[in-house]
Amino acid sequence: MSPLQEISWQGLWKNNPALVQMLGLCPLLAVSNTTINGLGLGLATLFVLLGSNITVSLVRNWVPNEIRIPVFVMIIAGLVTVIQLLMNAYTYALYQTLGIFIPLIVTNCAIIGRAEAFASKNNVKLAAWDGLMMGLGFLLILVALGIVREVLGNGTLFSGAHLLFGSMATHWQITLFETNETFLIAILPPGAFIALGLLIAVKNKFDKRIEALVVGEKKAKTTERARVTADNIT
Amino acid sequence: MSFKLASSPHTRKNNKTAFVMLTVMSACIPGILTQAYFFGFGVFIQLAICMSVALFTEYACLKWRNKPIKRSLTDNSALLTGLLLAVSIPPLAPWWIGAIGTLFAIALVKQAYGGLGQNIFNPAMAAYVLLLVSFPLSMTSWLPASSLMVIDLNFYDTLSTILTGYTSQGYSLEQLRSGIDGLTMATPLDAIKTNLLAGYTYNETLSLPIFDNGIGKGWFYVSLAYLVGGLYLLKKRIIKWQIPVSFIGTLGFLTLVTQAVNADGTGSMLLHLTSGATCFAAFFILTDPVSAATTNKGRLIYGALIGFLVFIIRQFGGYPDAVAFAVLLANMTVPLIDYYTQPKVFGHGDK
Repeated sequence: MSPLQEISWQGLWKNNPALVQMLGLCPLLAVSNTTINGLGLGLATLFVLLGSNITVSLVRNWVPNEIRIPVFVMIIAGLVTVIQLLMNAYTYALYQTLGIFIPLIVTNCAIIGRAEAFASKNNVKLAAWDGLMMGLGFLLILVALGIVREVLGNGTLFSGAHLLFGSMATHWQITLFETNETFLIAILPPGAFIALGLLIAVKNKFDKRIEALVVGEKKAKTTERARVTADNIT
Repeated sequence: MSFKLASSPHTRKNNKTAFVMLTVMSACIPGILTQAYFFGFGVFIQLAICMSVALFTEYACLKWRNKPIKRSLTDNSALLTGLLLAVSIPPLAPWWIGAIGTLFAIALVKQAYGGLGQNIFNPAMAAYVLLLVSFPLSMTSWLPASSLMVIDLNFYDTLSTILTGYTSQGYSLEQLRSGIDGLTMATPLDAIKTNLLAGYTYNETLSLPIFDNGIGKGWFYVSLAYLVGGLYLLKKRIIKWQIPVSFIGTLGFLTLVTQAVNADGTGSMLLHLTSGATCFAAFFILTDPVSAATTNKGRLIYGALIGFLVFIIRQFGGYPDAVAFAVLLANMTVPLIDYYTQPKVFGHGDK
């Protein structure tokens, strides 16, 4: 795998910020009650992550090691302010719905984690790609959670799309079923925990199955010999 | 008296899981019959729904997890979970309430944690909380005792209300719940909570038609019937005395003290002990061998903790009854309680 492919694989699946690193769970669980909310916050996080990774990577050779964390936080906070002001200007209703969770992107561990673990050690191209892929991984899980919770809780999809896409999206809402009593727990925070737990379980199940397939192929090719050598004694 | 010589084993008590569960279920029978007498046939239909969904879900989960199906299905634990949930939900709740609740209880609360004996939380109560949080309207639509009902319900009407929401004459659940004066009747604890919030005093509330000398009509006898079932379980040594005694004792003591300090501060001790799920929970829910504390001292602490939680939630919380929430909260503390109350092995440790 080329470095770029490796980074994509890490960000989207193997080291997914939401499912594997489990970072930034607070906004993830709090605002994923509808698909559009999830998409909105996911996009905001994606842009901040992309910007912070690029900036951190650019300044990495000038920042003394001792004060790197405050510098990274300042960079991230600056970018979040930009996003916040942009959302305030162009998607005001969504800005109000997401509320405190937009400024809280500053404290999203996934972002500072990538700055520290990847961007401060790699060149701009790789750092930008890493930011994009990690952000996409986070966004996908936010949207997936949003879909699950909105369908279960309200029986709709893409309700409030006009908050993000403007007046042309007013009719995007799809009503899957109508009910007098909504499944409230799916929309409330406990539903987010349960749904995320199930998503993680599904991912682990997939991984196991893939692993079993790969191991099965290898086994078919080579005969296994039980030998105790210094290599496999741990 | 004959002295027979027999080889070991000398104890031949049948205490297999299936038998224990069956005994607990049979101890519920007086309670269920009393509930049916006061609140109509609904409870039987809910039992049928919940128990069949429980069996089916258990079967599907076991199959999916590649576990021995016959052994787990015949230990009656899923049936008991279904039964406990069915008697907790309102008798005329729509059919999908019981179905969703049981599905959640068996699939997520029990099997996802590893099946019988592995679950942290009491499945029936976790499902009850899920339903109460999700469908507050349906889950609080209890009927008044049948002597207060204007419209008589036969079995067919009950079935039709559960399946479609209307009786065969077209009465909705809301109409069924109304008394002669057209006001919707609530459960005793529910009425207290609403009226206190609306600014009435306790004594004013207790003079409502659903009360009889300060205790809930019908509910008193239902509680009594569960008490009888519980005493039977105690006698059979299926459950131990520590949890029920410490739970009922704590709740009773707290209400007694509160009332002594401020006569209008709370309902009488008898009201608290005979309404809602107090008696039922004391013997059938709290004593769940899996999710409750397992040491004798721990059982006392566990029961007292739930009694305390029930009291403060009933008194200050937003929900009228609190047993399910209290049980879940206490379930979380069980590993800690068990850890600190381990009895010393003889000859080990200090004194």
